[in-house]
Amino acid sequence: MKTARDVAAPRASSSSSTSLDVHRIREDFPILAQKIQGKRLVYLDNAATTQKPQAVLDAIHSYFTEYNSNIHRGVHWLSQRATEAYEEARIKAQRFLNARESREIIFVRGTTEAINLVAQSYGRMNVGPGDEVIISAMEHHSNIVPWQMLCQEKNAKLRVAPINDSGELLLDEYEKLFNSRTRFVSIAHVSNALGTLNPIRQIIDVAHRRNVPVLLDGAQAAAHVKVDVQDLECDFYAFSGHKLYGPTGVGVLYGKSALLEAMPPYQGGGDMISSVTFEQTLYNVLPFKFEAGTPNIAGGIGLGAAIDYLSGIGLQQAAAYENDLLAYATRAIAGIPGVRLIGTAREKATVLSFVIEGIHPHDIGTILDQDGIAIRTGHHCAQPVMDRFGVPATARASLAFYNTREEIDALVEGIHKVIEIFDR
Amino acid sequence: MSYLNDLYQEVILDHNKKPRNFRELKEANRKAEGFNPLCGDKVTVYLKLENNVVTDISFQGKGCAISTASASLMTESLKGKTRVEVKKLFEDFHNLVTGKTGGLDAELELGKLAVFHGVSEFPIRVKCATLAWHTLQAALENKLEAVSTE
Repeated sequence: MKTARDVAAPRASSSSSTSLDVHRIREDFPILAQKIQGKRLVYLDNAATTQKPQAVLDAIHSYFTEYNSNIHRGVHWLSQRATEAYEEARIKAQRFLNARESREIIFVRGTTEAINLVAQSYGRMNVGPGDEVIISAMEHHSNIVPWQMLCQEKNAKLRVAPINDSGELLLDEYEKLFNSRTRFVSIAHVSNALGTLNPIRQIIDVAHRRNVPVLLDGAQAAAHVKVDVQDLECDFYAFSGHKLYGPTGVGVLYGKSALLEAMPPYQGGGDMISSVTFEQTLYNVLPFKFEAGTPNIAGGIGLGAAIDYLSGIGLQQAAAYENDLLAYATRAIAGIPGVRLIGTAREKATVLSFVIEGIHPHDIGTILDQDGIAIRTGHHCAQPVMDRFGVPATARASLAFYNTREEIDALVEGIHKVIEIFDR
Repeated sequence: MSYLNDLYQEVILDHNKKPRNFRELKEANRKAEGFNPLCGDKVTVYLKLENNVVTDISFQGKGCAISTASASLMTESLKGKTRVEVKKLFEDFHNLVTGKTGGLDAELELGKLAVFHGVSEFPIRVKCATLAWHTLQAALENKLEAVSTE
């Protein structure tokens, strides 16, 4: 499977100038062949969740049919095999992020849980009354609320770095937010509502010069932008499996081992201890200290398969293809009279948010759905972003490497139809 | 396409573009806010209730075509109705948009509101169509004096 990807045909596919053979790749995703109400599926909701390749489905299936058992404790063969597969997935995630050690990879339910873990463990230990936490104005609710909860509890202050009308972070303003009470920075790598690809190197640099650690919310980035945590020197990085062609219910929190070592556990339970008496509990070593209870074993194994699949295609190649497609889609959609793009940063990835004058995004979504076109409409769990741009909601198309120019054309045609219906 | 035409009937598109009774009602003695956290739609319903009769009603807010038109047509349909009649009309309307038949009498009662029958083909949009009605119910029940100076 992997080798087939590695030697992906050099001939350009009909729908792109890059060397990705998208029509061949689409065959790896069984769901894409489906008809929706008799229409071919045009799936453009990849920022919500991505579709799963057969390799991921097979990996999960074979775990359940061949070696389903609990991990880290059984002496029997099945348990050993499951443990190996699960721990192999951890190593795959380690390599994927280029973490120094596999114990720096904590399996969690998803990005949301990863951020909550850091807020509740690192945050509660290091943020006190009068201290400050910096986020940005383009965050998903899951990178706002955990910090709000922490700040409320600790009487600390949440500072918000502003963005400009294109949806770009104002780096100067961000830098001005720092003072002697700044304890933590948590910022999206790629904005889910705007598609902005943040200048993470500068963001981290500014914080590190003041010895403030940084968490990057990689939910929208990990599947589309190459991440090297050592090179970036970021302190925490979080992403979700299901936005990376893997299953839901599993994700990764990367943390520098020195930070993770010093942090208290997030949840108590089995697997996170090394010994328990009623008087005292000794916590397990990393990463298990943060993995209480039986984890999502199938999910972890599925995520490992997804990482393999993506590596097989080549993340950089996939990204180049997606960027090309995003540029194509941006030109096409921006050219439709009455359409306004929300999020026009110079550096973007995969997300195309827009509104149409006088037509609510929900109506756009319903009409497109009748043609089998799946997009997301609403506030995208980023209400402050909607407020910033003065819209109640947007329509959002988000791309993956299995999307084609033909699908973008279908979307454009669909938007014309929406306008036609409302202009009657 | 025919389902779409059923959903986005001309009357609905017209009320979306030019919503009726779209204003704050200064004389209101009941008011409630409703919102759909899933999509961010917001509506405020203002009500003037005298001796259990809706003597005036208006709304404000932001929403999709279905929720805006529904609020607009609701305000048009309710002026002069008693609480009991309002309750019955909401039941009939709810049945209509969820695809339950309320019988010929119900349909006649609904009058203009019958244009929302197309919603039943789009279960996900039922919430849009009923947001204003749920908000109205809250306004009727919790007796908040919107214009109270207390």
